[in-house]
Amino acid sequence: MNAVPTTLRAGPDANGHFGAFGGRYVAETLMPLILDLEKAYIAAKADPAFTAEFEHLLAHYVGRPSPLYFAESLTAHLGGAKIYLKRDELNHTGAHKINNCIGQILLAKRMGKTRIIAETGAGQHGVATATVAARFGLPCVIYMGARDIERQAPNVFRMKLLGAEVRAVESGSRTLKDAMNEALRDWVTNVHDTFYIIGTAAGPHPYPELVRDFQSVIGKEARAQIMAAEGRLPDLLMAAIGGGSNAIGLFHPFLDDASVRMIGVEASGHGIETGQHAASLAGGRAGVLHGNKTMLLQDEDGQITEAHSISAGLDYPGIGPEHAWLHSIGRVEYQAATDVEALDAFQMLCRTEGIIPALEPAHALAAVKRVAPTMAADDIIIANLCGRGDKDIFTVAEALGVTL
Amino acid sequence: MTDRLSTRFAACAAEGRAALVTFVTAGDPDLTTSAAVLRALVASGADVVELGMPFTDPMADGASIQLGNIRSLTSGTRLRDVLAMIAEYRREDDATPIILMGYFNPILAYGPARFAADARAVGLDGTIVVDLPPEEAAELVPDLNAQGLHLIRLATPTTDAARLPRVLDGASGFLYYVAVAGVTGANAATASDVAAAVARLKQATALPIAVGFGVRTPDQAAAIAVHADAVVVGSAIVDAIGAASAERANDIPARVGALVAGLATAVRGARLKDAAA
Repeated sequence: MNAVPTTLRAGPDANGHFGAFGGRYVAETLMPLILDLEKAYIAAKADPAFTAEFEHLLAHYVGRPSPLYFAESLTAHLGGAKIYLKRDELNHTGAHKINNCIGQILLAKRMGKTRIIAETGAGQHGVATATVAARFGLPCVIYMGARDIERQAPNVFRMKLLGAEVRAVESGSRTLKDAMNEALRDWVTNVHDTFYIIGTAAGPHPYPELVRDFQSVIGKEARAQIMAAEGRLPDLLMAAIGGGSNAIGLFHPFLDDASVRMIGVEASGHGIETGQHAASLAGGRAGVLHGNKTMLLQDEDGQITEAHSISAGLDYPGIGPEHAWLHSIGRVEYQAATDVEALDAFQMLCRTEGIIPALEPAHALAAVKRVAPTMAADDIIIANLCGRGDKDIFTVAEALGVTL
Repeated sequence: MTDRLSTRFAACAAEGRAALVTFVTAGDPDLTTSAAVLRALVASGADVVELGMPFTDPMADGASIQLGNIRSLTSGTRLRDVLAMIAEYRREDDATPIILMGYFNPILAYGPARFAADARAVGLDGTIVVDLPPEEAAELVPDLNAQGLHLIRLATPTTDAARLPRVLDGASGFLYYVAVAGVTGANAATASDVAAAVARLKQATALPIAVGFGVRTPDQAAAIAVHADAVVVGSAIVDAIGAASAERANDIPARVGALVAGLATAVRGARLKDAAA
């Protein structure tokens, strides 16, 4: 009897589960909506016209494919493996978030929805959502934690320029998780006309799957690009993890390539031991929040605890369910980088490569800095540079004690 | 085991009236006050009590109940304290059905089997878990069933004819009709919409139908009580607790009692008034 071919790329199952994680933990009012979304997504995937429009917009509006750049100076600086950067920070709007927003707004249009809502942390997803809403002429409301509004002022102004209404969320920790609560409250109230563009590979099924699929363009391109440049697969993939959409987008097309090691890098804030961090795998437990079962920062009573990271985009107490599963089966390694390590890596990339990264991928670069010197000179690393750092200059200046 | 829910619904039906279901967040603003509020609810005419299990992220709740959750958590309420409060209350009242309402994560952290066993031991009758739709309910239902407890299902304005059988499959106790698409404390549904929805649900189930969301005043409660088997009022009571605790008032149970008495009078008189009209 032949062995059954196995793949790690087939998930989720019909009920939206990745192993013990994922699922559809939403209020009954929303169930018919997410079942409709699932049907619409299945139909869209099978429709060549949908794929063609998605790819056309990625090429001509977003500017894809993004380059896979050999960071020669950084490689020389660290002394070890060859480091390639997947330059998703060069996308229109400055981060990988736009890939997913293009896909979801096309779904919204297909479903006849006339109003867009989204949550945002660092503001990159908010900007990307406001961008596609403007492009397709739909009114757009972005929920953003009041604390994030304070620390990401440039992105708030960008969203407003793009015609979005930015609603400050004052509840809870006033960050990304609270913005997501408020977006869910809006959605449950405006069920007939509203499409909720979730920004990361989390939430109720089918969001983790469809966000991953839209972001997988990163890994598909990187695979073709590294084959063209080096004639072989990379040895290691590195990406930062908040919810984990840029990481799953890079990793997913390589999951069945056993020779490719993958490291996802969580934000350990002031350090896991301090309790002030955003590392839900390293410091969390399985639980249910925002429509999915995943690893969460929570106390022994199941109350969600506040995350901390210098990076507003990683400041979330959960993680996408597919990462929770990949962690549980050991296919992907997960490490963490502190605020201090991320700041250090941020400056390292500025000075070695002339690239100002966002604080989110600076966490991945911090792990590259640790790991690359331990590898051989002919080993290959691809790190996902998922966003640019213009939005973070005020945060970085403050952290470095510089008054602008 | 005598089923307090079916006994109470049957008694209300025999009186030719709807039941009044009142919601407060357990431990709001603190456990001592909350225990007195629980007594006041029943003494003032609540037929069924729903106690909210406080949670940091009550995604389906509007501002009123979010604040109730925060007040409760800030004063240190834990799920085991809520269960202890019910056990204490049961020493004086073994007839009024008590339902816990909340989100799944605190139950998951407590352990579903342990939750069900402890809930039965303290005299709980069932639970509503807002973010546990039928698709995921197998994580809790077997444990609840093993203890004779109900998982109360919810139907909503978005529950169409195709969806309804899924919601009703395994439903017991009563069916909670969420009258408006939205969060708790939202705008009220019209009486005619509620009447049509209740009639539609009655075609599909013999369970009592309780209607909630957006019901704040005695008049609104009465309008629904004409059609439904039960009327649920929550945010209006939680608002009263919030206002009183902001004033640091020491008569929170009395204020809640006065509010509930008005609602109870309206609900009890609703069908007589409707028949006379």
